[in-house]
Amino acid sequence: MLAFASKRLGVALLVALTVSLITFSMIHVSGDPALAIAGEGAGAETIEAIRKFYGFDRPIAVQYLDWLSGALHGDFGRSYTLRQPVADVIFARLPVTIALGAAAIGFALVLAIPLGVLAAVKPNSLADRLALTLAVVGQAMPTFWFALTLILWLGVNWRLLPITGSDSWQNFVMPAIALGYYVTPAVMRLTRAGVLEVLASDYIRTARAKGLRPMTVLFKHALRNAIIPVVSLAAVQFGFMLGGSIVIETIFQINGLGYLAWESIQRKDLPTMQAIVLVLAVIYVTLTLAADLLNAFLDPRLRVA
Amino acid sequence: MVKRVLLAAAGLLAVLWFAAAPADAGKKDDTLVWATDRDNPIVDPYYLNTRELVVIGHEVWDTLVIIDPKTAEIKPLLATKWNWVNATTLEMTLRQGVKFHSGKVMDADDVVYTLNHASNKDNAIANYALLSWIKNVEKIDANNIRINLNRPFPPALAYLGGLGFIMQKGHYDSAPVKPDGKKDFGAVKPNGTGPYKVTEVKPGESILMEKNPDYFKDGFKGDPKISKIKFRTIKDGNTRVAELMTGAVDWLWDVPKDQAERIAANPAIRVENAKTLRISYLQFDVTGVSGQKFFTDKRVRQAVAHAVDRASLTKNLVGPASVAIDAACHPDQFACSSDVAKYPYDPAKAKALLKEAGYPDGFEFDLYAYRDREYTEAVIGDLAKVGLRAKLNYVQYTAYVENVHKGRTPLAHGTWGSNSVPDVSACTGQFFLLGPDDLAKDAEVKALIDEADSLTDPDKRKAVWQKALGRIAAEAYWVPLFTYAKYYAYSKDLDFTPTSDEIPQFFAAKWK
Repeated sequence: MLAFASKRLGVALLVALTVSLITFSMIHVSGDPALAIAGEGAGAETIEAIRKFYGFDRPIAVQYLDWLSGALHGDFGRSYTLRQPVADVIFARLPVTIALGAAAIGFALVLAIPLGVLAAVKPNSLADRLALTLAVVGQAMPTFWFALTLILWLGVNWRLLPITGSDSWQNFVMPAIALGYYVTPAVMRLTRAGVLEVLASDYIRTARAKGLRPMTVLFKHALRNAIIPVVSLAAVQFGFMLGGSIVIETIFQINGLGYLAWESIQRKDLPTMQAIVLVLAVIYVTLTLAADLLNAFLDPRLRVA
Repeated sequence: MVKRVLLAAAGLLAVLWFAAAPADAGKKDDTLVWATDRDNPIVDPYYLNTRELVVIGHEVWDTLVIIDPKTAEIKPLLATKWNWVNATTLEMTLRQGVKFHSGKVMDADDVVYTLNHASNKDNAIANYALLSWIKNVEKIDANNIRINLNRPFPPALAYLGGLGFIMQKGHYDSAPVKPDGKKDFGAVKPNGTGPYKVTEVKPGESILMEKNPDYFKDGFKGDPKISKIKFRTIKDGNTRVAELMTGAVDWLWDVPKDQAERIAANPAIRVENAKTLRISYLQFDVTGVSGQKFFTDKRVRQAVAHAVDRASLTKNLVGPASVAIDAACHPDQFACSSDVAKYPYDPAKAKALLKEAGYPDGFEFDLYAYRDREYTEAVIGDLAKVGLRAKLNYVQYTAYVENVHKGRTPLAHGTWGSNSVPDVSACTGQFFLLGPDDLAKDAEVKALIDEADSLTDPDKRKAVWQKALGRIAAEAYWVPLFTYAKYYAYSKDLDFTPTSDEIPQFFAAKWK
C-alpha cells in the first residue's frame, strides 16, 4: 500500500507541475504583458519601464523558476490590477467557490442517488429509462443556457430567488442546480450499477430471508456498500465543480475563484491567472489522489500503481 | 410517502417565496443602482480611466469648468470667471464657500496642488498625455490661480472640464507605498467637492455614493435629488438585463440592439438610443510598413471607401441615433467639418478604381479589429462584394493596439471616444501627428494640425483644421464610418436624460 501511495503521490506532483509549466508558457506566448498592463494610450517609455520593472525582459525560464520558487512559499506575487498579494485575493475568494461546489455536488447527490436506487430496484423498466433520461438531460444541456433559463423563471418571472451575489443561502440555490445538474448522470449510473450488483449478493438475500422491510434492506444494507465508489466519484467531481464554476459564477455574479479567473483573463493579470490554475490543479490532483487511495484502501485489487 | 414529499416541497417553496431577499434599489429605497460589466477597483479618476470612473468622477468631484453637453459651451463650476492673459497664460477666479466632503473649504491651494500633481509626469496619472500641456499652476491669492501652459493649446478649457477633477491639498500625501517603493496614489480614500460622496467601496463589486448635503446649490450641477447611487459590477449581459427586469438594478447602458428592442416592450422600463462622441473608422497602412502594399495606392483606399455601405450599417446594426461620417472626427467636436471629399456608396466605382490600380480581381489582405464584431463583419461583407477578401484578426484591445503600433495592420477597424472631449484635437490629433497611432505619416497634415492648435482665435483655428481634415479625406487615409449610439435602458420611475458626451448626469436625475 505504501509503495502504491508514494508512486501515486509522485505522479500527482508531476501533474501539478506540468500544468503550471504549460499555463505559464501559454500566457506569455499570447501577447505582450507589458502592453496589457500599460493599457490604452500608453507611451512607449511607459511600456518599457513596466517591462523592466516586472522583469519581462528576462528569459522565460528564469521568470518561471522565479515564480515557482515564490509559489512554493505561498507567495504568488502581486495582482497587477487588484493591488494586493495574489495569495490574499485567492484565499479570500476560495471559500465562496468551495461553498458553491459543495452545494452543487450536494444537489447532484440528492438528485442522482435516489434516481440510481430507483433505477436499480426496477431495472430496464419505464422508471429506469425515465430516471436515466432525467439524468442525461442534465449533462446534455449547456450549463449557461440552463442557468439563464433558471434566472428567467425562478428569478424574473416568479421572483422566488435572488439572481446575483452571494449574500445569503438563497443566492446559492440556482447556481448549485445549474452547476450540479451536469454531473448527475455519472453519479446516477454508478449508483445504479453498484446497487444492482449488491442486490444480487448473498447477504442481501439473507437479509430478505430474515424478513427485514424492503426499505431497510435497500438503504441500511445495500446502499451503504454500493455507495463507496460513488463517494470517490463525488470527490473527483467536486474538483471538477471547482474548476468548472467560471461560467456559473460569472452569470450569477458570485465573487468566487471562477469569476476571479475570468476577470484575470480579461485584464491579463498574469500572476493571478497562473496562481488560480495552480491552486485549482493542486486541489483537483489532491482530490483525485484521495479518491484513488480510498479505493485502493477499500479494494486491494486496485493497488496496482 | 409521496404526500410527505409533496408537502415538504410546498413548504420549501413557501419559505423561498417569503425569504427571497428584497432588492435594495429603486424609488422606494431612494437608491439609483446602475451596473456595467467592468469592475472598478480604484475610486480615483486620475488613476483609473475607465468610462465608469469618468462618470463617478463627475458625481464625487468637480472640475474648474464644465462642458455643457447640450451646447458644447464651457460653463463655470469651481471657477467663476477666467481670462486668457496671453496664448500660454490662463488666469481663473474660484468660487467661494465650496467645501470638500472632509469639511475643508476649497481654495487656490487645492487647485494648485491638484493640477501640479496631475501634470507632473512622475506621478503617472492615467491620462497624463491629456494634461501634459500644463507647465505649472501658481497661486495669485486665496481665490485666484494662474495656469502656465508650455505651448499654446486652445482646447485647454475643454480638457480641464473633462478631466481636471480638483482634489484637496495634500490628498495624495497619505498614499500607501507599494513594495516597489512607489506610492499607490489610487488607493487614497476618495474626497471631493461633488454632489455625491463615496461611503462604501467593495473592490470589484460595488461603489456606494450618498448625497452631499453641503453641495453648493447654484452651480451647473444643481441640487442632487436622489439620496444614494450605487455602482455594481455584473459581468454577464443577460444577468444585467434580468436584474433590471426584477428591479434590482435601475439603470443600464450599452444594451445590445436586439435586447434593447425586446426590453422596450416591458412597461416598467424605458429604452432610449442616444448618440455618443465615439466614432468607428477604418485606418489604412498608407506607407506599406505591414508588408501588404495594397493600400499605399490612393485609388485602392478610395475604392474601399466607395465599397462600404455606411448608411445600411448604421440603420441596421448600430441604432437610430448613429450617423455616417465623412471626416476623421466626430461632427459634434469643435472644428470638425464635414465639408470634405466624400465617397458615396458605389460598388461599381470601387471595382473600376481597383481595376485601374491593377487589381481587377481584387486581393486578399489582413484586417484587424477588437470591438463589436458584427460591425466588422458587415464591413467585410461589403468589401467582399467588390473582390476585396479580408482575413479577420479579431483580438483583444491591447493586442490590437500593439499590432497597430508595430505596423502590422494593413487595414485596422478601430473606434475612438476622444475621452468625451468635444474638440477635434482629441480625435484627429491622436492619429495624424506622426505618433504610434499614425499610419499615414504625412508631415504636411502634421504641420497643418500644429498650426491650427497654436491659434487661439476660434475661426482661424477652424479654417486651418478645415485644411487638415480636407487633406486627410482627399488622400483617403481613413474611411470614417459612423458615430456610435448607445442604448440606455432604465426604470420608468426615473426621470433621466442621456447626453451625447457619454457622461450620464445622475446628479440631475430624480424619481418621478
